[in-house]
Amino acid sequence: MTDELNEIHSHDVVIIGAGGAGLRAAIEARSLGASVAVVCKSLFGKAHTVMAEGGMAAAMGNVWKEDNWRVHFRDTMRGGKMLNNYRMAELHAKEAPDRVYELEEWGALFDRTKDGLILQRDFGGHKYARLAHVGDRTGLELIRTLQQKATSMDIDVYMECKIVKLLKDSSGAVVGALGFWRNSGEFVLFKGKSFILASGGIGKSWKFTSNSWESTGDGHALAATAGADLIDMEFVQFHPTGMVWPLSVRGLLVTEGVRGDGGVLRNSLDKRFMFNYIPEMFAAETADTEEEGDRWYEDKSNNRRPPELLPRDEVARSINSEVKAGRGSPHGGVFLDIASRRSPEYIKRRLPSMYHQFKALADVDITATAMEVGPTCHYVMGGVRVDADTAASTVDGLFAAGEVAGGMHGSNRLGGNSLSDLVVFGKRAGEYAAKRALGMTKDVEVDQAEVRLAVEEALAPFNRSQGDNPFKVQQEIQDTMQNLVGIIRNQQELEQAHSEIEKLKERVKQAGASTTSRRFNSAWHTALDLVSMITVSEAVAKAALLRKESRGGHTREDFPKADPEFGKINHVVRIINGEMSVKPEPLPQMTPDLAEIFKDDVK
Amino acid sequence: MADLNVKLWRGDENGGELVDYTIEAQEGEVVLDVVHRIQASQAPDLAVRWNCKAGKCGSCSAEINGKPSLMCMTRTSVFEPGETITITPMKTFPIIRDLVTDVSFNFKMLKKVPALKPKAREADGTYRMFQEDIERGQEFRKCIECFLCQNVCHVIRDHEENKTNYAGPRLFIRYADLEMHPLDTNDRLSLLQDKMGLGMCNITKCCTEVCPEHIHITDNAIIPLKERVVGDRYDPLVWLGKKIFRKSKTKVTVTE
Repeated sequence: MTDELNEIHSHDVVIIGAGGAGLRAAIEARSLGASVAVVCKSLFGKAHTVMAEGGMAAAMGNVWKEDNWRVHFRDTMRGGKMLNNYRMAELHAKEAPDRVYELEEWGALFDRTKDGLILQRDFGGHKYARLAHVGDRTGLELIRTLQQKATSMDIDVYMECKIVKLLKDSSGAVVGALGFWRNSGEFVLFKGKSFILASGGIGKSWKFTSNSWESTGDGHALAATAGADLIDMEFVQFHPTGMVWPLSVRGLLVTEGVRGDGGVLRNSLDKRFMFNYIPEMFAAETADTEEEGDRWYEDKSNNRRPPELLPRDEVARSINSEVKAGRGSPHGGVFLDIASRRSPEYIKRRLPSMYHQFKALADVDITATAMEVGPTCHYVMGGVRVDADTAASTVDGLFAAGEVAGGMHGSNRLGGNSLSDLVVFGKRAGEYAAKRALGMTKDVEVDQAEVRLAVEEALAPFNRSQGDNPFKVQQEIQDTMQNLVGIIRNQQELEQAHSEIEKLKERVKQAGASTTSRRFNSAWHTALDLVSMITVSEAVAKAALLRKESRGGHTREDFPKADPEFGKINHVVRIINGEMSVKPEPLPQMTPDLAEIFKDDVK
Repeated sequence: MADLNVKLWRGDENGGELVDYTIEAQEGEVVLDVVHRIQASQAPDLAVRWNCKAGKCGSCSAEINGKPSLMCMTRTSVFEPGETITITPMKTFPIIRDLVTDVSFNFKMLKKVPALKPKAREADGTYRMFQEDIERGQEFRKCIECFLCQNVCHVIRDHEENKTNYAGPRLFIRYADLEMHPLDTNDRLSLLQDKMGLGMCNITKCCTEVCPEHIHITDNAIIPLKERVVGDRYDPLVWLGKKIFRKSKTKVTVTE
C-alpha cells in the first residue's frame, strides 16, 4: 500500500464514536456474533455523553400512570414543530422504556421511587415526569454502564484515533476508514463490511457552546464527503441555560433539571418573564399564573405546567429577547433561581454536580443565590439522513445513530430525548449493520490509491511550515458562526456568513502543524478538525439561508413566523463533485393512526 | 491584570524539561484555560488532554505545583499573586508527550473485572431496589476515571513492578460497586485478594484526598472489601458453608 500505512484491522462492523450510540451499537452487533471495532477520538469513556445531566426520557409510567408512548410521541413531535421523521419519533417513544430497563439490568443505578422503581423527573416539553435519571449526572451513568457492558463482550476499542476519510469500493459501498493514532501520528486502516457513524455533534463551530473539543462534526463531514445525504442542518439547538460568568466557562451547561425540579427564570426586574412568552401552540397546556405553575409540581391533573418548562427553543428565544430589551443580568444573561424555592438539602441531593460546578468555578452557592444563565450552542438536530427502522444512510454500508443522525428531533429536540435516542437507534444501527455484514460472503477490497491520497491529504498540514495557526482559524470559524449563524438569523448576515465561509475554506487549507513532530501534535489534530468544522458550518449556513421562516432551532428575524409551506419540507444537503448543494424534499407523511393523536391540536 | 508565570513540562519518553511561559492573567479562569491560551498563542503543538472542561470527564489530570488535580477545576485565583504555576504530567504513567501520559494500564485492569451477573427480575418484570440500597453504589459510580487516585497510590507510583499484580484504588471502587450492587450474584473476592493486590493497600488514604468527586475510596470501598475478604476466608462458619453448599456467592456473610 503506502509506506505510511503499516497497520490494518478487519472487522465485520466498524463503529466511529464511543458515546452512548456507538457503544449501544457495539453491544448489539457483538451480541449478534459480529466482530466489532469501536474507534474513538478521546480516551474510552470520555465521550460527550458524559456531559448529559438531566436524564433519559422514556414513558415507563412509574410516576404518572397516565403516561404512555403515544403521549411521549406527541410531545416529541410537537417539540420538534412537527418536522420530525414521524417513524423515528414513533420507534423512539415505543422502545425507550425497554432500553432503560436493559441499562438497569446491566448495572445502572437510577434514582428510585418509594416503591423501588426507577424514578422519573419533569423536563421541558414533556407532559409527564418522564426522565429516568441519576441526580444530575445521568450521562456518566449511561456511558459507564455501556462501557462496562462492552468491555465484558470482547469488543475491540481503538482509542485516541481520529478517522479522516471513509473509503468506498467500486460498487459505491463504504469498505474502509482511514485514521491515525493521536499518540504516535501513525496511520491505521479499518476494513469493514458495515460502518456506523456515532460521532456526535458539531457545537465546536460556535464560540459559546456546551460542547467539548471533539464536537467538530467529523461524522457529518465524513458522511457528506462520502456522498451521503444530510438533512435539517439549519436546526441547531441553543440550550437556554448555559453559564454566562465567569467568561472562561461561558456556555457550560446548567441542566434543565433545575427548572424541572422547581427553578424559575427571572429578569433584572425580578419578574418571571416566561409568562409573557407563551406561544399559541402550547397555550392550552401552559399555566398563565405563577400560582397555577407552582401547584403543577404536586398536582399535574388539575394544573398546567409552568412556562419555564416550555420546549428549549421557546425558552432560549425568550431569554434572548429579555436581554435585548435591557432586562438582563449583570453579565448578559438572566437569573435562574432555585435557591428561593427549594431547601438547600433538596437542591444538593437533586442537583449535586450543578452545586459543585457553580461553587468551584463561579464561587456561587446555588442554594443561596440565583445563577446567571443564557443560551449556549448545545445540539444539532440535523444530521445524516437515515432510514428510520435500520439507521442506514443513503450510502451502502454506512449507518448513523445518535446526534450525527438527523430526523428524529425535527426542528427542536426535547431535553431527555437525546440519551434515549442514543440507545434506541444505537441498538437498531448495531443490529442492521451486523446483519448486513454477516450476510456478506466476500471480503472487502480497499483501493490502495485512495488510501495513498487520503494519507497525503492528512499529512498536508506538515507541508505548511509557514502555515496559519490552526487555533486562530478555529476561533475565526467560531466567531463567524456565533455572530452570523447564531440563535437569531437574517438574510443579510447569512449572506455575509457565506462569503466569510468561502474565505475560511481557503484559510483551513493553509493551517499548519506548527512543528514536524507527529507525536500528539495538537496543532496537526486541530488543523484536520478544521476540515470537518468548515464543512458542517457551510451546510448549516446554506440550509439556514434557504429556510425563510422561523421554526424550532432556526429563527429568522426577517421571517419571524412559522410558514406552513416550509413545514412540509426537509432541506437535504449533498456534496456532488466537491460542491455542496441544498434541496427541499417533501417530509414523510404520517400514517392516519398516528395523525389521529394530533387531531385536537392548535397548529 | 498582571502576567502569570507558568512552567509547563515539555518532552516525550526520551526526556524533557520545564519550559517557562508568560501570559496575561484573566479573571475567573481555571488552569486549563491558561494552558489552552498558551497553546493557542505560543505553543500550538502542546500535547494536553481535555474534553468537558467541567469536572465531569476526568481527562485533564495533571500535577499542579506538585498536587495531583484536574486542570479544569483548579482556579487560577487560588495562587498567590506572582506565584509560578508549575504543571507536570501524572508521574505514575509513562509519558507520551508533554502533559499526556499513557494510561492504558487502567483500561487493562478494567478489562479484567468480572462483569455484573444480575439476579432474575421480580415476578412483575421489574427490579425493586430502594434508594437507601443503592446510595453507596451511586457514590462509587460518580467516579469520572481521572486516575488521579491511581497516580498518587504509592504502591504503583514508586514501584513499577507492582503494576502486574495490583489494580489500584479506581479499580477497588469498581469492585466495591459490583460487590455491593443489589442485583449482582458474581463473586470476585478471591480474585481481588490473590491477583488484584487488595492486601497491598495499606490504607494511607492518599487516593481519597485527591478524588475530585470526593468519593470515600478508602473508608467506603477498600476497607469494607478487605473486611469481606477476611470474612470470606477466615471465618470458620463461612468456610464450612462454602464446602457443604458450594455457594457461588458469599456476598452476605454471617460475620457482618
